[in-house]
Order: sequence, then structure tokens, then C-alpha cells
Amino acid sequence: MAKAAESSGDPGTTTPRPLMRDLKAVGKKFMHVLYPRKSNTLLRDWDLWGPLILCVTLALMLQRSSVDSEKDGGPQFAEVFVIVWFGAVTITLNSKLLGGNISFFQSLCVLGYCILPLTVAMLVCRLVLLAEPGPVNFMVRLFVVIVMFAWSIVASTAFLADSQPPNRKALAIYPVFLFYFVISWMILTFTPQ
Amino acid sequence: MAAVDDLQFEEFGDAATSPAANPGATTIHIEGPSESPTHQPGLPRGSGGEEDDELLGNDDSDKTELLAGQKKSSPFWTFEYYQTFFDVDTYQVFDRIKGSLLPIPGKNFVRLYIRSNPDLYGPFWICATLVFAIAISGNLSNFLIHLGEKTYHYVPEFRKVSIAATIIYAYAWLVPLALWGFLMWRNSKVMNIVSYSFLEIVCVYGYSLFIYIPTAVLWVIPQKAVRWILVMIALGISGSVLAMTFWPAVREDNRRIALATIVTIVLLHTLLSVGCLFSFLFFGVWFFRPWHLLQESRMTKPAGKLMGWHHPLASKRGHTEV
Repeated sequence: MAKAAESSGDPGTTTPRPLMRDLKAVGKKFMHVLYPRKSNTLLRDWDLWGPLILCVTLALMLQRSSVDSEKDGGPQFAEVFVIVWFGAVTITLNSKLLGGNISFFQSLCVLGYCILPLTVAMLVCRLVLLAEPGPVNFMVRLFVVIVMFAWSIVASTAFLADSQPPNRKALAIYPVFLFYFVISWMILTFTPQ
Repeated sequence: MAAVDDLQFEEFGDAATSPAANPGATTIHIEGPSESPTHQPGLPRGSGGEEDDELLGNDDSDKTELLAGQKKSSPFWTFEYYQTFFDVDTYQVFDRIKGSLLPIPGKNFVRLYIRSNPDLYGPFWICATLVFAIAISGNLSNFLIHLGEKTYHYVPEFRKVSIAATIIYAYAWLVPLALWGFLMWRNSKVMNIVSYSFLEIVCVYGYSLFIYIPTAVLWVIPQKAVRWILVMIALGISGSVLAMTFWPAVREDNRRIALATIVTIVLLHTLLSVGCLFSFLFFGVWFFRPWHLLQESRMTKPAGKLMGWHHPLASKRGHTEV
């Protein structure tokens, strides 16, 4: 990872244990996603731990219980995983083919971290679903998912837009929109058994 | 990654330099016929100044043939080769979409909009959007029908998305392949003035599918008549774009073969539209029912026979049947 390479040749300062340092880096990036501004932190010091944690959390929460595998229902753990990573790779390839100036893993990093608002939405939805079902329940979940979806889009656009050629920004951003829209749909339509 | 092709006037320097550091560096780079990236997007890129040919839809000038030949010069195992297929700007994609929505007799879609710059961006993402549009609105319409029923348990049909995706992508790639092969074969027998490359055909087919996206969203309306009218409209528009594109390519040929080709194209497109409608209705067929009902209906009906499906609550509501 980028940070490990940087500080390995740095004997003068006292470095904390690598695990703590990595966790701090991941936490710092979470903060950057929650308060998106145009900064290069996510791009320069990319790592894939954050996206992995988020993806695993989301997939765990979205999977249906194994009892009712007969009824074709929600996604399994592996399906969510595949969708997120396959979608992120496709978007990255698309932006590179359009002439974007971002590296493969940087783009994966940004897309993965910007799933954070949607993971938060999933947690909130699960909590709301513990209450009694009804239209109010649905409205609350719809509102939360819409807000978090917009947040994800804004966060990823803030990080990715600069790396695209100016005539093609919309072409590169549209797949991101589609990607988060599909994930938001999966979150919104999640119903526990 | 900087493209080495000298037609690319947008240069961002090396991959090592960060994008924020040198936004002005692109204007320093001097290319041949290109303009700086801050130029207004009015002029077409890559095909020279052919604005005067636009209304007449003439054949390509020598310049574009030369440019088309130059564009594909990278070997196919390099990344740059594939970048040439994504060499479109936002306004070009919008123009092509607009062209697919408004078929005007006499204006050939390929000549007018693609102009030797076929792209794969449009076909790929239009197909992807169409797959998800059908899946999501199919799910949604089924959900809205059964809103408020106590026994109804909503399930998002996930596996069916992959089936729909396979069908739509197969159509968007295999039919152009077959058509291109057929046209090449006829070209060897009859000298045609107009001939299309494989990618141009893929492009036409991809953009002609755009009309089905708003159609799929509107299919949420649960009236049978509305849905069929929408199918007819979509089929009419995209079918006529295809027919008008391919008529010049087969016009020189034997009358019967030319007509048969056009009829086959339209027929296949009809099959696709009806297939889209059926797969839309397919989403949400298998919803939760009491277990014994599920078992018995599973034995009597395979997935394809939607016409014979009986909704157990159909008597209560104006249920949608095809």
C-alpha cells in the first residue's frame, strides 16, 4: 500500500504500529468521504482496505437468510460482492478508456470509499425495519436512501471529476450514477424474512 | 494515460503529474489540426471540417477515410487501440441519442452522426441502462400492484437481471455481427456504394435501443393498452431508424433480397421489443405465495409461458396480463 512504502524508509520518527496507522488512514478517508471537498488525499494515498470493509458489511447486511433459498429473493453475499467490485472495475475501465487521468486502483479506491453513505443508509434501514411495517416506514427509508445516494454521488464526483477530460465529464460520471442507483435500489428494496 | 495518437488534442501530460497541478499545460501542446480543449464544442473532432456535408449526408471525403485509417493504427493488444472506440465527447453522444429518437427520412444515422467515428460507449451503457431499467421498473410495477396486500411478500428478483442482461447484450452484438456478415457477403456479389463497418452497425443498433429506456420506465403504468401502445411507438421509432440506415446498403441489390433484409431486421427488432415487454412482466412473477401453491404451480408451468399464468388474486384487482 502507498503509505507502507512511504514510511518504511523513515527511521527518525517514532512510528505507531502499522495496524494503527492503517486504521487511522482508513478512518481519515472515511472523514473525507463524509465531508467531501476537493482534496487529493483519497487519490494520492489510495488503499483498498476501506472499500473491502464497506463491501463486506454491505454484503452481510443485504444477504437473505439461507433458509428460504427456494424463493428467488434478494442477493446472496457473493452476489453483492461481485456486483460492487465488477461495477467498480467497469466504471474504472470506462473512465480510463475515455481518456481519464486516474490510475486503476485510485479509481477503485474512490468508488469503494464512496459507498460509505449507502452503507450507513443500509444500517439505518435495518433499524427502521425493526419497527412496524407500513407506509411511514417506507417513506422514512426512501428518504434516507435518497439522501445517502445523493451524498455518494456528490462525494465521488468531487474526487473523480478533475481527472476526466473536460468534454467528457458527464460521460464518465453517468456510470457512477447508475452504479450507486442500483446499489440504492438493492438497499431500499431489502426486506427481511 | 496520455494517448499517443496525434488526433487526440486533449493532452494531460504524464500519468505521474497530478491533475490539479497543471491545468494550463494542455494548451501548450501543439497538434496539427486540433484546437485547445477550451475551444467551444461546436466543431466536430477527428473528422475534419465536414459540416457542409451534413445535410446532404454525402459519402465520406478522402480525408475521413484517411483519418479512419490512421485512427486504428495501434495493435489490438494495446490499450490505445481500445481507446479509439471511446473517442467521443458528451455532446456527440447526446447528438447520436437525439438522432436515434428522431428518425427523419433521408437522413442516414450512420452518415450523419457516426461519421467514421463509431463508439462503443453508447451501445454498452445504453444496454446496461436498459437492463436495469427493465429490472427495476418491472419490480416496481409488480410491487405497486400488490401494495397493501397482507399475503404479498416483496422479493427483488435478482437472478433475472442476469438473464435479461444476456438477452439484451446478445441482441446488441450478435445481430449486428450476423447482419455485417450478410452485408459483406452480398457486397462480394453486388457492388454496393454504401457499406458499413461492423462497429458502425453495432453503434446503430446500440443507439436505436435508447428509446426502450423511457418506454420501460413508462411500463409501470398498469394498463394493458398503454403498454402495447408504448411498445408500438418504440418499435416504430427504432425500427425506422434501422430501416432507414440499412436501406441504402441493400438498395442496389436484387429487389427481393433487399426487401427481405429490411423485413428481417424489423422482425428481429419486433421480437426484441416484445421480449423486453415480457421480461418486464417476468420480473415479479414469482412472488411469495403459500408454499403449497408455489409447489403446484411450479409443476405446471415453465418460466416462458406467461400467457397461461393465473394470478391467484387476479379476480380482485385489475391485474396486468399481456
